[in-house]
Amino acid sequence: MRFERAPWWLKALAGGGLLFLHLPILLVFLYAFTTEDRSYVWPPPGLTLHWFARAWARPDIWEALWLSLRVALVATAVALVLGTLCAAAVARSRFFGREAVSLLVVLPIALPGIITGIALRSAFSLADIPFSFWTIVLGHATFCVVVVYNNAVARFRRVSGNLIEASMDLGATYGQTLRHVILPNIATALLAGGMLAFALSFDEVIVTTFTAGQQATLPIWMLEELVRPRERPVTNVVAMVVVLVTFLPILGAYHLTRGTDTVAGSGK
Amino acid sequence: MTVMADAGAPRPARSGVSDALWRHPRLMLVLLLAPPLLWLGIVYLGSLFALLAQSFFSIDEFSGVIDRTPTLKTYGELLRPANLDIIWRTVLMAALVTVASVTVAFPIAYYAARYARGRWKAVFYLGVMLPLWSSYLVKVYAWKLILAKEGIVGWGFEGLGLGWLLDAFLSVPGIGGNSLSVSPTGTFIVFVYVWLPYMILPIQAALERVPGSLVEASGDLGASPGQTFRHVLWPLALPGVVAGSIFTFSLTLGDYIIPQIVGTSARFIGLAVYQYQGTAGNVPLAAAFAVVPIVIMGIYLAVAKRMGAFDAL
Repeated sequence: MRFERAPWWLKALAGGGLLFLHLPILLVFLYAFTTEDRSYVWPPPGLTLHWFARAWARPDIWEALWLSLRVALVATAVALVLGTLCAAAVARSRFFGREAVSLLVVLPIALPGIITGIALRSAFSLADIPFSFWTIVLGHATFCVVVVYNNAVARFRRVSGNLIEASMDLGATYGQTLRHVILPNIATALLAGGMLAFALSFDEVIVTTFTAGQQATLPIWMLEELVRPRERPVTNVVAMVVVLVTFLPILGAYHLTRGTDTVAGSGK
Repeated sequence: MTVMADAGAPRPARSGVSDALWRHPRLMLVLLLAPPLLWLGIVYLGSLFALLAQSFFSIDEFSGVIDRTPTLKTYGELLRPANLDIIWRTVLMAALVTVASVTVAFPIAYYAARYARGRWKAVFYLGVMLPLWSSYLVKVYAWKLILAKEGIVGWGFEGLGLGWLLDAFLSVPGIGGNSLSVSPTGTFIVFVYVWLPYMILPIQAALERVPGSLVEASGDLGASPGQTFRHVLWPLALPGVVAGSIFTFSLTLGDYIIPQIVGTSARFIGLAVYQYQGTAGNVPLAAAFAVVPIVIMGIYLAVAKRMGAFDAL
């Protein structure tokens, strides 16, 4: 392909757009170091590391972080199993209702989060289920399935069915085929999907407000600080940490699937 | 693999289960599909039905007790002028946010699809992906910092000696407020910012499929850049635009956090659902409100499907 140069105004618009996407997040990083603790004054009058120590000493933040991590891990595990099973079925065979199955998987994320949230809440109230760790996991796993599914289904389509047939013809059981043939082929896609599911769950707030009751995950903790601020600079520090924590799995998923036709993360 | 070769027999004994599954692919399919379908069917569809059922219940205005006999009373309540106002305001906001997102997203997507190569391709890819995945609350919070009275935008206007311009803008009823962070304009900006990556990606996917030679041919045949855009690029990008608008529209319809943190006290559908089920304890009305975005999105998706939007997803 011939090397083309873009007109200057297009470069300016595209570059400006990217800056627009990134500057606000970088600004939060800067605010985490401000010495001023009452308002959002710009520019920061001075820089300090004081708030990191304050945030470190807050037990409520640690509790929220711990709950978020546990929820994200369990929800990711459930989503990995369900998403992979569903992808294996949809990618490898044609059957009546195949379209409906893929629609059902996508639906929890296609409809606004508040619908999923209030729907789960209605169901809990009708069935008299009290809020607990597991009600949060139930909601998170449901919308995380689609992320794993999207990654796995793309990879399953590329894994040749002949490989599996050959393995079975050579006398392997399903368990052996799964361990020695299928899993090595889809491992990176699953890892990428799992990382994205983890990031999605770790950050989720809309559904969680309806399924958590009195428990606070880290996003819920942040939401409460935003609505009723107590110690603003500490919120800034937590905000910065949350962004950095979610960047890691995203970059990991990108590196794992780079160079394949379906790079992970393009559908949230 | 060596283990199996050492087994010696041409066809080693294998458990009956594996053989049965191999001979009956349908059985295998059922086993694969059962867990995810049971989960989604019970947890998700079950919940949606529970929601739908709740919207046909009604609440006793005096005692606050929920009456579980099916009635359309709650839907009647939905049609009160105050509630219709909320629906209208939300749909208008969703439409404006969608149009603005397309305008900002198009140049980014076009540059990334047509001109970015090698290292820059990766920069654009991650440049869209990281904001997409970084914490939603942090993004909203960042704008609270930016738009606050003493924040960077006010500081910028003052520094340029244009403070009066910002004040004049904020005094316009309907779009202004005490500061940008409590004005409808602020709500609008944050919506556009937060959903922008969802618009860039599908437009870029659609534009990647437009061969550069097509654009060149249009120019060679004498079309001005404007004409090329209108008659060649835009129609080919349209499925991507529609796909992106599904996200921006749906997400705006259901959001209740942005108008609460950056905005006036004017309510949107999401906020109404949240408040009716929470502080007001009127779950039936909240459920009926939640049905509104489902219906709107149903219509929207049907139209989008006709325009071929799903081929670009």
